[in-house]
Amino acid sequence: MKAWSKIVCAGVIFAHMLTWKTAFAGKKSLTLTGSTTVLPIAQLCAEKFMEQHPDVDISVRGGGSGVGIAALIDGTCDIAMASRPMKTKELKSARSKGINPVATVIARDGIAVIVHPSNPLSEITLVQLRDIYTGKISNWKDVGGKSGRIVVISRDVASGTFEVFKKLVLKGAKTRADALMLASNKAVATTVEKTPGAIGYVGLGYVSSKVKALPVDGVEPTKKTVASGEYKLARPLYFYTDGKPKGLAKEFIDFVLSSEGQKIVEEAGFVPVKSNE
Amino acid sequence: MLKREKFIEYMLRFCASLSIIFLFGIAISLFKEGLPIFKVVNPLKFIFGKFWYPTHEPPEFGILPLILASILVTFGAMMVAVPLGVGSAICIAELSPPKIREIIKPMIELLAGIPSVIYGFFGMVVFAPFVQRLFNIPVGLNAFTASCLLGIMALPTITSIAEDAIASVPNEIKEASYALGATKWETITRAVIPSAKSGILTAVILGLGRAIGETMTVLMVAGGAAVIPRSFLQPVRPMTATIAAEMGEAPAGSLHYHALFAISIILFLITLGLNILANYIKEKGYEKI
Repeated sequence: MKAWSKIVCAGVIFAHMLTWKTAFAGKKSLTLTGSTTVLPIAQLCAEKFMEQHPDVDISVRGGGSGVGIAALIDGTCDIAMASRPMKTKELKSARSKGINPVATVIARDGIAVIVHPSNPLSEITLVQLRDIYTGKISNWKDVGGKSGRIVVISRDVASGTFEVFKKLVLKGAKTRADALMLASNKAVATTVEKTPGAIGYVGLGYVSSKVKALPVDGVEPTKKTVASGEYKLARPLYFYTDGKPKGLAKEFIDFVLSSEGQKIVEEAGFVPVKSNE
Repeated sequence: MLKREKFIEYMLRFCASLSIIFLFGIAISLFKEGLPIFKVVNPLKFIFGKFWYPTHEPPEFGILPLILASILVTFGAMMVAVPLGVGSAICIAELSPPKIREIIKPMIELLAGIPSVIYGFFGMVVFAPFVQRLFNIPVGLNAFTASCLLGIMALPTITSIAEDAIASVPNEIKEASYALGATKWETITRAVIPSAKSGILTAVILGLGRAIGETMTVLMVAGGAAVIPRSFLQPVRPMTATIAAEMGEAPAGSLHYHALFAISIILFLITLGLNILANYIKEKGYEKI
């Protein structure tokens, strides 16, 4: 009797496994890994896409641009999300493994320079920004503000936002050693909001009424100026695929670039690459 | 039946040995990934270098500011946690009636169950602005803020272990003290605490290990500036925060990646040393009694 029940049990489990397997085999799957900046766009688009295509299973993972690109090179993801272009070193390592990375720009992201709302400063130039972040200027009165120490807030050296800032503003120079290096856009925004003498930079989506976003070189950081290329502190966001996107990856990327997908991009706080007219 | 028992015994032995295997596995992979940095950077320059610019061209890998930040923040945490922890342990074990003891002890142990990200969030949004106004300094994210929060986080470890040590002091010692005419205060300070000394010391060292290894909170509230700290009210960047913030984006196999693992090795050696010290003191204490 006991032996019997065991055999029945095993049979039931086995049968379940079989149906489970076929259920999975019937679903097409797509894996995206990479930048936490791009993640919300991909996540929202994936949800919408799966709603429309119930036979598709899309999984989106973070980890950072570097992690995503490494995953594409190792073949563990179909699309790598990146907030910066690939580095020569990464391209070389991809080529040596027979991978041919192709970039598709899916959105643009502006980096806004923010200060405390009580700061009287009304604009800043790229040169002043550079001098503040490299340590040449340490007092607000040197850029036309009220006298007081500037608390310089930066993103971690490993973040995509930092890399773009380094390229566009610092032009390869070192950040001053006593700058506060914070781990997320949210942390920078919160700290600037609570610190009267602070200056920081965040993605456009993180600007709120609790901080003051400064025009850079006379250009207000808005979606319009980022899209037109007038605002200088902007960067494209990429989807990297191995070769030209094809199959399910192409379908998904086409969806992100469609007017519906670009609307999601805008809702997530980024700037669409295609106008929705 | 015997066969079955033997089988279970083997299974249990396997389970027990798993944690040892994990420990060695972690240690081996740490060294495997961390040591390559020393082929490029002189170990002395790595440990005593004053500048941490891992992604700059050319990169600089000096972790002295990070080590000093960890030490400073941990020391500060102990200034908060040791008096509070040992004080509450004495209060719970010797002064409070059993009913209050049954409430206070679980409450303090509950502190250990709060996720560190909650401490970090509280520190960032509530405590740091308060510190900033209190000392009238430019920024509230600094070593002082981190120390206070870490001190509270290490409190349950210290209180719980110190209380166990004080409660296990044999009654004969106390009775002998009272019999000699000592007051309650004299008994606690001159008889109970000296006999529980090794247990209290163990508690402090384990609390120290808890504070130095804590990551999320210091990442959120210490400020993250990689400079050699000159005061408590300055933003600092402890080792754990550096590893957590940068590991995600460091390309695998790069110098930066190996450097982060090398920091892990140093952190691992420090906590290992503290644990061995705690064990040694505990053993020595038992021998005496």
